[in-house]
Amino acid sequence: MINDPYQNRKYVIAAIIVGVILIYIIRLFSLQILETKYKEGAESNALLYKTVYASRGLIYDRDGKLLVYNKPAYDITVIMREVQNLDTLDFCRTLGISKEYFDTRIAEIKDTRRNRSYSSYTPQFFMTQLEMKDVAAFQQSNYKYPGFYIQNRTLREYTYQNAAHVLGSIGEVSRQQVEADSYYKQGDYAGRDGIEYAYEKELRGEKGVEILLRDSKGRIMGKYENGEFDESPVAGSDIKLTIDIELQRLGELLLSGKTGSIVAIEPASGEILAMVSHPTFDPSLLVGRERSKNYSELVSDKTQPLLNRATQGQYSPGSTFKILQALISLDMGGVSERTTFSCQGPDSRPIKCTHRHKSPVNIYDAIEQSCNPYFWNAFKNTLEIDGYGDRNEDFKKTYQIWEDKVKSFGLGSRIAGTDVYEQLGGDVPSGSYYTRYYGETGWRALTIRSLSIGQGELLVTPLQLANMTAAVANDGYYITPHLRKTDSLALKVNKVHIDNNKHFATVKEGMKRMVENTWNGKLYKVPGVDMGGKTGTVQNPHGEDHSLYVAFAPLHNPTIAIAAVIENAGFGASWAMPIANLMIEQYLFGEVKRKALLEEFINKTTNPDVKRY
Amino acid sequence: MSRDISIKQGIDWVTVFMYVVMVIAGWLSIYGASYDFDQSSIFDFGNRAGKQFVWILTAFGIAGLLMLIDDKVYNSIVSNFIYIAVTLLLIVTIFIAPDIKGSHSWIRLGSFLSIQPAEFAKIATALAVSRFLATNGKNMDWKNYVLLLGITLLPLVIIILQKETGSALVLLAFFLVFYREGMKGLILLLGVFAIVLFIVIVRFGEIPIQEGKSDLGIIIAFGAILLVQVVYAFFVQKAKKEALWLLGITIAIAAVTAIINIWIITSYNYAAYFAIAASVVYWVVIELVKHSRKFRGLILFIIGAVLFCFAADYIFDSILKPHQQTRIKVVLNMEDDLSGAGYNVNQSKIAIGSGGLLGKGFLNGTQTKLKYVPEQDTDFIFCTVGEEFGFVGSSLVLILFMVFLLRIIHIAERQRETFNRIYGYCVVSIFFFHIMVNIGMVLGLMPVIGIPLPFFSYGGSSLWAFTILLFILLRLDASRSSRVRYV
Ligand SMILES: [Zn+2]
Repeated sequence: MINDPYQNRKYVIAAIIVGVILIYIIRLFSLQILETKYKEGAESNALLYKTVYASRGLIYDRDGKLLVYNKPAYDITVIMREVQNLDTLDFCRTLGISKEYFDTRIAEIKDTRRNRSYSSYTPQFFMTQLEMKDVAAFQQSNYKYPGFYIQNRTLREYTYQNAAHVLGSIGEVSRQQVEADSYYKQGDYAGRDGIEYAYEKELRGEKGVEILLRDSKGRIMGKYENGEFDESPVAGSDIKLTIDIELQRLGELLLSGKTGSIVAIEPASGEILAMVSHPTFDPSLLVGRERSKNYSELVSDKTQPLLNRATQGQYSPGSTFKILQALISLDMGGVSERTTFSCQGPDSRPIKCTHRHKSPVNIYDAIEQSCNPYFWNAFKNTLEIDGYGDRNEDFKKTYQIWEDKVKSFGLGSRIAGTDVYEQLGGDVPSGSYYTRYYGETGWRALTIRSLSIGQGELLVTPLQLANMTAAVANDGYYITPHLRKTDSLALKVNKVHIDNNKHFATVKEGMKRMVENTWNGKLYKVPGVDMGGKTGTVQNPHGEDHSLYVAFAPLHNPTIAIAAVIENAGFGASWAMPIANLMIEQYLFGEVKRKALLEEFINKTTNPDVKRY
Repeated sequence: MSRDISIKQGIDWVTVFMYVVMVIAGWLSIYGASYDFDQSSIFDFGNRAGKQFVWILTAFGIAGLLMLIDDKVYNSIVSNFIYIAVTLLLIVTIFIAPDIKGSHSWIRLGSFLSIQPAEFAKIATALAVSRFLATNGKNMDWKNYVLLLGITLLPLVIIILQKETGSALVLLAFFLVFYREGMKGLILLLGVFAIVLFIVIVRFGEIPIQEGKSDLGIIIAFGAILLVQVVYAFFVQKAKKEALWLLGITIAIAAVTAIINIWIITSYNYAAYFAIAASVVYWVVIELVKHSRKFRGLILFIIGAVLFCFAADYIFDSILKPHQQTRIKVVLNMEDDLSGAGYNVNQSKIAIGSGGLLGKGFLNGTQTKLKYVPEQDTDFIFCTVGEEFGFVGSSLVLILFMVFLLRIIHIAERQRETFNRIYGYCVVSIFFFHIMVNIGMVLGLMPVIGIPLPFFSYGGSSLWAFTILLFILLRLDASRSSRVRYV
């Protein structure tokens, strides 16, 4: 107090406080006493807030063919407080439901533990996703059931019965979603997986609201304040996919009776042309009231139709991996175009050859004949190029370079920055993994020789395999594979770690010879098209070998890169190759001329349990 | 020996009474906001009112405990430790807090209890600021100014990093404390002028005039800067002739531009830039000719204000996030965002407006409990008061808040120790900021900034924090008389 020159400022501060409170009281006066429009709404005692749902965006294929659209649907909502003198039996009869169902639903609605946002004043969902025929009778006698309302909604409808894994489905939002995003209310729908999930925000649009005035008996008297506070819904944006629906349909047809996957990519753009996973199902099965019944049937099927094998199936790449093995060995100097190794066929050590062919072989012959001893020797030369070092450190350093080059082709982890959801990463084992397993000095090229022929710890998904092929087709880069047609400038170019681009020509030449010189290659080649391919046959503990094949066409300026995996089918050359080549034919010419071959492979089965849903 | 008795006598029971009234009124409002016919008693721990009851009882316990702590603790190194500990806790929170609607500010303690350290940062900062000013207030050099600003703004920055902008802005309230303790009133005035300029730039900046060639926001803002110059020169520096000349020149420039515009569209922006530049030259010339230093500050002010105008434009368009832009635009009536921020405010206006003179009566509000008003028992709790108790009830609450704030000023002013007085002003400023921003938001006069209404909003952290803040002051105040006896 002594020596406090600013003491008078307490009056200024007090004046500011009094001033603000005064302004607020004046504002209250104007809102509560002077303005009349707020009171009308309140005196009618209940405004009815009707959500107006936005129509969800449509989905088209790359040629503009409509794939997914909307059909009207109806929800029945109930405001518990307004329910009076309900003739329950009559009500149930009109809706075609049982008394037990009615009782359970009412009990569920009132259970605040499960229905957090429950209030007897607000509309609660009684039944959802009904069709017109289900609600027609109810609509006519709606007046008999005060408190129950019909709410318009839309459901998804599909032009084709295909591409279920790509498109994904829609389901009711979970409680976590409601808590995380204030846009959602209990009972709303949102994309669950696939495109519907990836582009949920764009597809859903914006809900609107209509505020209605009601009298004390709940009868609707019209719009509140002439709709001044209403908000009209904004329709969701449409989405154009990179998928060619005709190619997708053909792929699903070709895999009838089989389990497996086909992925086709346009190398220049990274656009996914087809992403087939079989067994599959009709996407309309997961719509509306039948959803949960169908879903549980699909879940319990042992052939796993809900699994998207294209992105979540992990397989050993087998001999298809020799393409990378050749590129990396050339690039790291383990071999050159002129290097040859001898092959003793099935008598070769430490890895035997699955074919009998001329010997010695160079890199072109080795790719053509898929010669295991050649790739073992190339692998060994490459990894031992600097020797082992005192404590294995030189070898491990070389392995790290090798591993990095393999991973640069998009193998070993989920492809990032894409709209393809629900991927698994596959596996490219790291040096530290082997060190942990075998000890610092316990592993050498010989220890990990299975890698040289694409077996061992290596795992890839069909999507990764197709993408790897696209990178080869492009001579050294891939565009992040994706499902939505977009401005190509916005796409990410990923360079693979191959220093000398001329090696691609070498490997492509080998792949071309495989198609043109081997028996099955010639038999199944797309007529009139120069192309390159590589088969793979992968042993597995559960029955027959998996049949694998990767290819690109045409040889110059390729427009399609493809990977096919047919589970438990046998040789790559007898299943995956013809099936993938038929796909290439369809894409390049818009039709398949080899009808007999087409019929043959549609009808061949590998797994009698595979059903068509 | 008679210490307990002296404390009991020293307690400001008027404030305690107001505190209890407000807490109970808040509790009833929370019950009203979530009341439903099917719902059970006010003590049911399953609902918000029941939980708030627990918070209230514990808050009373905390208040009681605070009265037992020795008052000498606060004006000591302990305050510094509290500040450092809370600041560290704030930083840790960013990393360990789960993402709740984008914010990382809640720490989970077990499955039932969550606390928000940001609420307690106010107390820690108040103690640290009071201690710093009480120790160094007499000899404030530039180093001390920087330190003081640092103490105040460090928690602010950390809380912004937690994505709790509202709680962070509360710390700006301390400038009111600095004002009371001798900060130039000019700084507060400049702050207000800056807000006015910002609003003008944003509000009028988007109205296209002259086929988009002119920016109305800049023109009005520069006009305001010129007007301030005239008023300052005329009334403060009593340089009446110079002021009138400036006014004349400005009007002439505007008139010439208007005349040119008859024939050819010329942007008024150029006129505004020209007039401002001319005014700077004008004052510089006067300074040189008269060898005076009277207008040096004014010249600096003009340059600063012009730079601020350009910066404001940039900040609004490029630094604020779209939802923050929307909140400001809704308040400035530039946009009817009926789904987001505008929706909340509209619903809250409908709810309050429907209350009328006397309100619908306790538990009879429909708008709030229909859950049309979001955050009805936290940030928008004042809606329930407005709807159920009408103009009379909500005005009474406002007046109660006002009396409460004035009472704390009274308490602060009667302290003999500088530390206690400054702490008292910290308490006033924090409460005032919360009340002003929260109720202003509900009434549509302030942007939607999510901070709680003291004692009314649901929530344990905020109730505890406000209680601690207040009762530390009451404890300091209680020993005011005993201290005299001992000294
Ligand atoms: Zn061989």
